Amino acid sequence: MIDYSKILNPTVVEMKPSGIRRFFDLAAEMDDVISLGVGEPDFKTPWAIRNAGIEALEKSRTRYTANSGMIQLRAEIAAWLSRKYGLEYEPEKEILLTVGGSEAIDAAIRATVKDGDEVIIIQPSYVCYEPMTRLSGGVPVIIETKAEDSFRVTAEQLKNAISEKTKLLILPYPCNPTGAVMGKEDLEAIAEVLRGTDILVISDEIYSELTFGSTHVSPASIEGMKERTIVVNGFSKAFSMTGWRLGFACGPREIMQQIIKIHQYAIMCAPTVSQYAAIEALKNCDEAVEEMKAEYNRRRRLIVDGFNRIGLTCREPKGAFYAFPCISSTGLTSEEFCEKLLYSKKVAVVPGPAFGKGGEGFVRASYCYSTEHILEAIKRIGEFVEELKNNK
Amino acid sequence: MNKELVELLKRNARYSDDELASMLGSTPEKIRAEIKELEKQGIILGYQAIVNEQKIDVNSVVAIVKVDVVPAANLGFDEVAKRIASHREVESVYLLSGGHDLQVIIKVKNLQEVANFVGKKIATIDAVTNTTTTFILNQFKENGIIFTDSSDDERRQIPV
Repeated sequence: MIDYSKILNPTVVEMKPSGIRRFFDLAAEMDDVISLGVGEPDFKTPWAIRNAGIEALEKSRTRYTANSGMIQLRAEIAAWLSRKYGLEYEPEKEILLTVGGSEAIDAAIRATVKDGDEVIIIQPSYVCYEPMTRLSGGVPVIIETKAEDSFRVTAEQLKNAISEKTKLLILPYPCNPTGAVMGKEDLEAIAEVLRGTDILVISDEIYSELTFGSTHVSPASIEGMKERTIVVNGFSKAFSMTGWRLGFACGPREIMQQIIKIHQYAIMCAPTVSQYAAIEALKNCDEAVEEMKAEYNRRRRLIVDGFNRIGLTCREPKGAFYAFPCISSTGLTSEEFCEKLLYSKKVAVVPGPAFGKGGEGFVRASYCYSTEHILEAIKRIGEFVEELKNNK
Repeated sequence: MNKELVELLKRNARYSDDELASMLGSTPEKIRAEIKELEKQGIILGYQAIVNEQKIDVNSVVAIVKVDVVPAANLGFDEVAKRIASHREVESVYLLSGGHDLQVIIKVKNLQEVANFVGKKIATIDAVTNTTTTFILNQFKENGIIFTDSSDDERRQIPV
């Protein structure tokens, strides 16, 4: 008999499974649960994009593409980034198509982090950065952002986190789960701290098209940042193409050269059909994105007002599609709140600590659901909060 | 005119003023005033529940009657259309380009009532020279709402 505990990679064995999934496995076993937990758009992929994908299948455009992705798509991405965010990248050597933004982050970390390097990770944030860092032998150094700062990272916090072992900073804005964004001045303060250092930055900008009340500013557009930043973005959230698995990384060619090596061996190329569909997305779907954004905006206002009205303080998220209300006024921990809410009212939200210790006292509620679904969920959560008050 | 407000009411006329105010970043008072104005201008003509009649009475029938009209001395298209529209069985009346002149949609209790209605109320109008009646066998979508019993994704997918 093989003793697996002795032979598998201990780094992997020690990794905790995602805190988000556990909750949803629980909820999946119950009937009539209103979930506010999922982190993907509820919109169908726009018809023009699906059509382009179907056409690619019909014409059997199903072979490998160039490792970095089809040059036409890379050119469209370069044009899109320039038009939207003032970023200039060369399609030939500075853009890489990946299997979702996830692969881009993973490969970027592997290409930059060696054993013992410190990686500064902003939290609360998406769950993959810490495990990916550890897998590369990196040491996560966590910065806990504060609600008072609207969950933005400050120059002061960054300075205190930097040591001579710091290799990388991961900036996750717009942020899942907090909905925080960093404006130009916020980013300039960060750039000031990094100027003159050899610290690299991975900027996970997957929610860049979903900002409300301001246009997304990429850290790479700030002076002194382009030479050290790997920009990660993709098609999942903006174009509702989560299952198509397509993202991209951009950066200085010297960095991209190394990332591409990993991609070549581990992945070969991103899905071909998705690449064809993505060309259509970038060329002709601005209007569809605007429509989805307008709908998200209405839901955002509805859910934030809803939480505040029922007594759970919720700051206005400026990006992504999550509300992050504070539940500490109930006297429960996030886990307790979520579990009791699930069992008594059949509403599923994600406990804040799934995104880092600083998430304690908060829960994440997605608003990628219909307004009717959101209204019903808020109604039930409101009842739950009332009942808790009355039982005290 | 607040186009976004009109679109939301078209989607679901039962949103409360508070919910509409929330979604549109406005106040309930402003929303109420805007809705009054839209009604006054005849832009919003009514708020009606969209009902799957088949589930209430399985024999109920929806028929499309194409009506050929040759306007008579005191009876032009408009008058014929108004006369037909005055009947409660008539759900809609349209003046069409090319081919048949008026398209009338009627909703009645059963097939016999279709025959009675067309024969007694439409064909008897002087200016009407011909009628062609087609029956709706199955309704898939009406007023933007898809008639299904269940969906494969518990979250309603919004096509864009």
